[in-house]
Amino acid sequence: MPEQTDPDPATPEAVDRGTSTPAADVPAVDVPAVRPAGAAAGSEGTPAAGSKLGSQRSPRSRGTLLRWASPFVAVAIPVALFAVAPKLYPNLLFLVTMMVYVVLAQGVNVIYGFTGYLPFGYVGFFGVGAYASSLAILDTGVPAPVGVVVGAAGAVLLGLLLSPLLRLSGAYFAIATLAAALAVESVISNPSLAGITKGPYGIDLGSVYNARADYVAGLVMVGLSMAVVVYLRRSRFGLALRAIRNDPVSAAAAGVDVVKERMLAWLISSALAGAAGAVFAWGVSVFYPTAVFGISTSVFAIVFALFGGVGTAWGPLVGTAVLFGLYQAIGVSDPQYAQGIYGLLIVALVLFVPGGLAGVARSIRRRRA
Amino acid sequence: MRERTAEGLEPVLAVNDLSRSFGALTALDGVALEVAPGQVLGLVGPNGSGKTTLINVVSGLYKPDRGAVVLGGRQVTGWAPHRLARMGLNRTFQIPRPFKDLTVLENLAVAHRHAGGGVRTAQELLATVGIAGMEHRRASELNASQQKRLDLARAVTTGPKVLLVDELGAGLGPGELDEMAVMLTELASTGMAMIVVEHLLGFLAKLTETVVVLNAGSPIFTGSLQAATQDPEVVKVFLGGA
Repeated sequence: MPEQTDPDPATPEAVDRGTSTPAADVPAVDVPAVRPAGAAAGSEGTPAAGSKLGSQRSPRSRGTLLRWASPFVAVAIPVALFAVAPKLYPNLLFLVTMMVYVVLAQGVNVIYGFTGYLPFGYVGFFGVGAYASSLAILDTGVPAPVGVVVGAAGAVLLGLLLSPLLRLSGAYFAIATLAAALAVESVISNPSLAGITKGPYGIDLGSVYNARADYVAGLVMVGLSMAVVVYLRRSRFGLALRAIRNDPVSAAAAGVDVVKERMLAWLISSALAGAAGAVFAWGVSVFYPTAVFGISTSVFAIVFALFGGVGTAWGPLVGTAVLFGLYQAIGVSDPQYAQGIYGLLIVALVLFVPGGLAGVARSIRRRRA
Repeated sequence: MRERTAEGLEPVLAVNDLSRSFGALTALDGVALEVAPGQVLGLVGPNGSGKTTLINVVSGLYKPDRGAVVLGGRQVTGWAPHRLARMGLNRTFQIPRPFKDLTVLENLAVAHRHAGGGVRTAQELLATVGIAGMEHRRASELNASQQKRLDLARAVTTGPKVLLVDELGAGLGPGELDEMAVMLTELASTGMAMIVVEHLLGFLAKLTETVVVLNAGSPIFTGSLQAATQDPEVVKVFLGGA
């Protein structure tokens, strides 16, 4: 019998103000608690509450060795594939762009797949990363790889600046981030700021252009982004994010510092996009604001992640490889229809494969079981 | 309105002059109550009397406009829910709110890894609440009664000193109610203090003698359940003054 006059507890004020209490008197909580259930912990059948609770799968389905190896495999295989790819298809710019999209799709995965926030203006971080790294390289003369780090840092700064948006949810959050990205673009492309940002006239990184080195930076970022997601899949932090995605109120009741954990995910996601922007900028070496703030970059990253399957490690990688590959193929064979065919394809995918490739894989596995 | 706890123990939770309004609506108006370790306090009142708001304010979901919440001798007024959970105050929800995409075991893992303070294994806990063997099921696959049990198990995982139970009985059959009553009594016997919001007075009678009756955000009666049913004001509030 719900109490009609009580406000909906689903819209609490407290979950969003976890930082308001003094941090000094955090109570001691590390009492060794829910005891592992016997010595069988993690080997067979019923995993112990304390040790194995965080991992995603029931250990029944996998051998111990495979469990140990799988995180390394998830990082090593994509990096290895991209490392040999230029021998098979020597279009470095295409491959770098694909790697950039892998990183972006994994960044979307972190914030949407694990936390439930869909950042439509995700390209804002990408653009800021591109500009922060380029301006650092041009103005201070730092080496380009350092520029990539600066790009990530710049995006993190934007993430901090936009963190109040995390109070919003659903479509409101998506639209607010989009507005923020447009605002950042119009500041950067403002002709009267051309002295600082080069305004609408764009950036020329020709002096540091090095396709091979940029490719290596892309490889590092692909590895890093895979590692981040693998970590989220297996860690206490990732479990907290999935709990928040399900129900922030319950998560807080379970002891999760919702504000802090969500913020961390947001900043990690920002950093990935910023680094991706930097790698992209270095790779193309000449670009205009429209090239790194185009909304289509957000849309692509989100679609790739969703098509592959968010919340998984492999989904966004495979989604990007398939869809971006297709995009390129259509673009080469039928350039005049590319956008149209591609748009229809995406509509079809959303209609018929809503759970993404990971969802298809899951249902096949279930049918076999 | 205040009453010394029955056993004369120091209260583990004391609420003082707690008030909270939502716009023009005063949901809580100067509520005071105390529970001692192992004590079960019933909280009854008609719909809209502020029972759930009291739980929401005490558990940190809403900040009070006025008043104090003291947990184990410590001022915790206005603390965020996760800090209260780690301090030993937890709750269940009127409509259960498990993490639906996570398995039963993962549901407990979240609580264990962020506020773990309990002394039972997950298996023991699931057996206690009557959903043993469902460790690897997704919470979304559980029925409403099982989700309530999971909600309870998740709260108990944090090893609470004080547990706020919001209408656990609603929607359960007679057999399940008996089972829940035994379960809650057992938990209380370990020293866990409880405030139990309940409409089902028969169920509540199995848990406790002592109740606080709320009306329009204020306590109008504190005493035995038996006496409450004979109190003219309580009767009037429940029967709408007819």
